[in-house]
Amino acid sequence: MLRVSPKAEEILESLWVCTVEGDEVGCLLSNLGLQDENQDEGVAELVQLAFVEIKGDRLYLRKEGRPEAEMTVRRHRLAERLMMDILDIQGAEGNEQACAFEHLLHQGVDTKICTLLNHPTTCPHGKPIPPGTCCEKARREGAPGIVPLTELKSGETGEIAYLAASDGKKMQKLMSMGVLPGSELNLVQSFPSYIFKVGHSQFAVDDTLAREIYIRRPGK
Amino acid sequence: MSDKQQTAPKVILVGSPNVGKSVLFNVLTGAYTTVSNYPGTSVEVSRGSCEIAATNYEVLDTPGMYSIMPITEEERVARQILLNETPHAVLHVIDARNIERMLPMTLQLIEAGLPIILVVNILDEAKRLGMQIDLKRLQLNLGVPVVGTVMKRKQGLAELQQAIADYSSVPHKTFTYGSDLERDVTRLAVMIKGDYCFSKRATSLLLMQKDSDVEQLIEAGEAVTDYEQLKTVVHDIIFERRADLHLQISMERKKVCKQMLESVVTQAQQVEEPFAEKLSRWTMNPWSGAPILLLVVYFGLYKFVGGFGAGTLVDFLEGSLFEEHINPVVVGFVQQQVSANWLFELLAGEYGLWTLGVRYAVALVLPIVGTFFLIFSLLEDTGYFPRLAMLVDRVFKKIGLSGRAVIPMVLGFGCDTMATMVTRTLETVRERIIATVLLALAIPCSAQLGVILGLLSDVPGALMVWLSFMLLIFLLVGYLAAKLMPGEHPVFYMELPPMRLPQFRNVAVKTLTRMKSYFMEILPLFLFASFILWGLKMLNVLEGLIGTLAPVVRAIGLPDQATSAFIFGFFRRDFGAAGLYDLQTNGLLNATQLTVAAVTLTLFVPCIAQFLMMKKERGLRVSLSIFLFVSVLAFLCGWVLNTFLVGTGLLA
Repeated sequence: MLRVSPKAEEILESLWVCTVEGDEVGCLLSNLGLQDENQDEGVAELVQLAFVEIKGDRLYLRKEGRPEAEMTVRRHRLAERLMMDILDIQGAEGNEQACAFEHLLHQGVDTKICTLLNHPTTCPHGKPIPPGTCCEKARREGAPGIVPLTELKSGETGEIAYLAASDGKKMQKLMSMGVLPGSELNLVQSFPSYIFKVGHSQFAVDDTLAREIYIRRPGK
Repeated sequence: MSDKQQTAPKVILVGSPNVGKSVLFNVLTGAYTTVSNYPGTSVEVSRGSCEIAATNYEVLDTPGMYSIMPITEEERVARQILLNETPHAVLHVIDARNIERMLPMTLQLIEAGLPIILVVNILDEAKRLGMQIDLKRLQLNLGVPVVGTVMKRKQGLAELQQAIADYSSVPHKTFTYGSDLERDVTRLAVMIKGDYCFSKRATSLLLMQKDSDVEQLIEAGEAVTDYEQLKTVVHDIIFERRADLHLQISMERKKVCKQMLESVVTQAQQVEEPFAEKLSRWTMNPWSGAPILLLVVYFGLYKFVGGFGAGTLVDFLEGSLFEEHINPVVVGFVQQQVSANWLFELLAGEYGLWTLGVRYAVALVLPIVGTFFLIFSLLEDTGYFPRLAMLVDRVFKKIGLSGRAVIPMVLGFGCDTMATMVTRTLETVRERIIATVLLALAIPCSAQLGVILGLLSDVPGALMVWLSFMLLIFLLVGYLAAKLMPGEHPVFYMELPPMRLPQFRNVAVKTLTRMKSYFMEILPLFLFASFILWGLKMLNVLEGLIGTLAPVVRAIGLPDQATSAFIFGFFRRDFGAAGLYDLQTNGLLNATQLTVAAVTLTLFVPCIAQFLMMKKERGLRVSLSIFLFVSVLAFLCGWVLNTFLVGTGLLA
């Protein structure tokens, strides 16, 4: 599989932002801080791949370059999410790290990270993350059929899919009380606290904990 | 422990909370033995004895636990017993209705190589739910004795006693897990050289789950080099399985349980919803739950504790019994025997040990606290408190507490000292401190409540002002504390046991036990308080103290005479309130002054007993800070309220 150099990736990204997301037709080379193909390896590489073309002093994204540009943007924004949400590196530092990191997200690593992040649709700055094949697949398989307990209606029954463990001890406690994946759960009441039934036992949890119990709705 | 007890074979009761362990314990030992049971604070182990077939057994009742891998302090206490004792038999008591989720612990116990008898209790209610349980088949599957019982009616007691007497340890079945888990277990098991109470297999599994008590045992029991090697392998496995070890083990056990229960349990379709279930839903629905709470408070607290306990009973004990019959005899007797004035004062004078200490504890406080404990135990046994906890959780979160804190808060209306002790069941330090502050500040104990209700009920509107102001302070201080206190925010989760009709005997035992421990704890403090007051009076320091505090009291619009009530208030909050009572009967207080005094006194420093308990539970520094905070705030609130009432002429 073809790999575009980091430098060329940066160019594709900028092009995507100002032409696809923005309303410009092409980008002035000087605005991107670039020179023409004879003096810039990145531009030369992209011209050779026929991903971009130069007309006058403007750079245009060609149809052939769009998929690559889209995926590059996607990788960048996933990297931002990873840095800021999971690794908690904020601000300029986060941006910088994300820029360095995005170039490593090839060969399915982006898919894994996207799944790990639960297929996010926007970056921390609110811009859209172009969906990848993994996102489409998750949508088709109806993964949204698995919802947190908070999304269930009173009286609804489902199967416990998994427990998201943010507090190990409390999860262990729930597990030892019999709240385990695979058990059938019936939500009795959702206000003022969540009350659910597993087997013949009833439990009450607050919304913090309810958000961490994931339920598979039947027949969806 | 005596030698005789050491040689008596031991029978240990274990199991989840609410499966009838304590009832079984009472039935087996057949006596009002050492049942110590605070709600959720049975951190202690009850011991008793029983005789079966001419052999004497020692019976141990442990705090409830859900798994042999402990999470809370109570569970640790229970597990510690299993780790350190060598029992003749361990009775695992389970609730038949929830056999499927309780059986995993049976597996763990069997796996640990303990001499298990499985007691399937509450069979009658399971039948009512349409469950049929084939116990013979279960016994065959598990390879340990299984006895079905209904302990509150003593059904199955004979079979259980037989099973205990006949118990002979045979090697247990092993249940196999997934092959990768088995491989890791074996890897560890072969490396453990020493002998422990738990089997090597169970020990290995606990090591993998980072159980610190077991780690310590192994560290002490193994040679240093062996332990180091073992530790390396354990860390290795833990790292490899960092993602889902606990979950995998739980799931594997669940799978084994399913096999064990195959064609053991048959469930018929349920016909109608039992009444208890309906009642349970009413208590939990906010619309019907709030009126129910008001009913409970009105009839339980106001009518029974306030009316009957603080009114009828106190009048009888204090008014008739002590004033008319006992006191004259005692005072006369002391006067005859003792010539020195200081000694007479100490024993039977105004602040004497008898006249103030004993009389006060027995005739004034005990009836009030006793009736309160009766109501409390009754409600506790119906299973109402977990439902109340769930109902108030959202509101309590706003004041930095979780619904769990409802139990110490309710108990505080009985006795703040005891409630302060119970705050130790709360999970985070932050929650404990907030609860301690609120108990010290805004929750009046039953003795105080009795006097204040009596005091204010004559003045129209005063009670409403007092109640609204206390509620406001409670929520405001809680809210601010929640905003300002650093630390982990509480998470709420609780099992809701089914609602049950309370057993008379259980309630009686619990009430008596609580009254006993209250008495043991409080009487010495009463005596101590009257001793101090006597000392102050003898040394003429009391006047000086009153002089110092008088300007503060004047600042909140009260007459100088009220000062002594505040000083006494520190020794007993309700005693201070009683001092106000005297002022009112002498016509020294108008409506505004009375209300301001009642509010200030309710908020004012906790009694000396509660302060000592705070020091014990929270440490000197924290309790002194709370003490100062509460004192300053009390007078500040008194001042604000006085200014407000005088300004608006609300009660004039």
